[in-house]
Amino acid sequence: MLQSISVCKKYLNKIVVDNVSMTLEPGHVYAMLGPNGSGKTTWMKMVAGLVKPSFGEIQFDDKPVDLQSKKEIAYMPTEPFFYDWMTVEDVGKYYNDFFEDFSLDRYAQLISAMNLEMDLKLKTLSSGMMAKLKIAATMGRDAKVYMLDEPLNGIDLLSRDKVIKAIVTYASDDKILIISSHLVEELEAVADTAIFFCDGKFIGMYELEAMRFEEGMSVADKYRELYAKTYKEAEDGVVD
Amino acid sequence: MNFDAHAPIYLQVVDALKLEIINGRLAAGEKLPSGRDLALHYTINPNTAARVYQELERQEICFTRRGMGTFVTEDKERIALCKSQMAEEALSKFLISLKDLGITKEEAIDMINEANDICLV
Repeated sequence: MLQSISVCKKYLNKIVVDNVSMTLEPGHVYAMLGPNGSGKTTWMKMVAGLVKPSFGEIQFDDKPVDLQSKKEIAYMPTEPFFYDWMTVEDVGKYYNDFFEDFSLDRYAQLISAMNLEMDLKLKTLSSGMMAKLKIAATMGRDAKVYMLDEPLNGIDLLSRDKVIKAIVTYASDDKILIISSHLVEELEAVADTAIFFCDGKFIGMYELEAMRFEEGMSVADKYRELYAKTYKEAEDGVVD
Repeated sequence: MNFDAHAPIYLQVVDALKLEIINGRLAAGEKLPSGRDLALHYTINPNTAARVYQELERQEICFTRRGMGTFVTEDKERIALCKSQMAEEALSKFLISLKDLGITKEEAIDMINEANDICLV
């Protein structure tokens, strides 16, 4: 169980994450949604232990996140994190040295599922290939929490399908998957819960099948509804 | 498969599987894919896939053998009933659309008779 308890992050005078409290349970794929600058990435970095909250706490299995929890939480940032002199194979070795839960076999399976080759040099990879490689490296770990920040950004439709298949393959009862995306529709079928952020605030969590059943709403509908409401309130001065 | 994102996905997959069973692409008594394989095949959340089988079991179109997996019912009558239920649903949707267009029953029957025999024989 991953808990965010009144988590805030301030940079000088700017509040980028504003009092976020929520609980995420194993066995779910969460779509983390919100416009640019809504605090998704900063929140993920705090869960990954890369950024410290200014206030509040993030707990994984009832313990504050720290160096130990890094072993159980796999985070894929948006920015590339490899050296371009490496080959695809080197990336696997590099990860294998870094993470105890990394499996070279699993990495090899992911690389082949993504139609990549072990001897490819990173500097020759297209952005879609690089995106797939990042996923393979991250999902090559046997972690309890996977956080993928914008895994579908800037990649073609076929690569997207591969990425989504990899997500479905490794989602299981004991894992928490958190995927942020601007491509709301792409996550409709693969996520079971949507988390909405706006201006650094957590503004709601919805179980998708229940939402479709009870309100006949898709994730995209809910997204439009929530943000129209939030921005209207802000304009009217209802929100402080 | 393209889903309608406004309706529960598990029900759409339930209908897709019923169709496979009715037209015999999945035979009576045949073993169905595991929940994970179903999730992969339709690219849906594994929890949604599990719910598909729960619903098909509830409707007695599938059954689970402990430790062996999920199977299509061996009851051919149940499959025939499923077919007539789905046909009724399709028919009522069709009739509602025609009613909305202001078409009478006689006109509708004429239209069916005159229609290109696309698939019905």
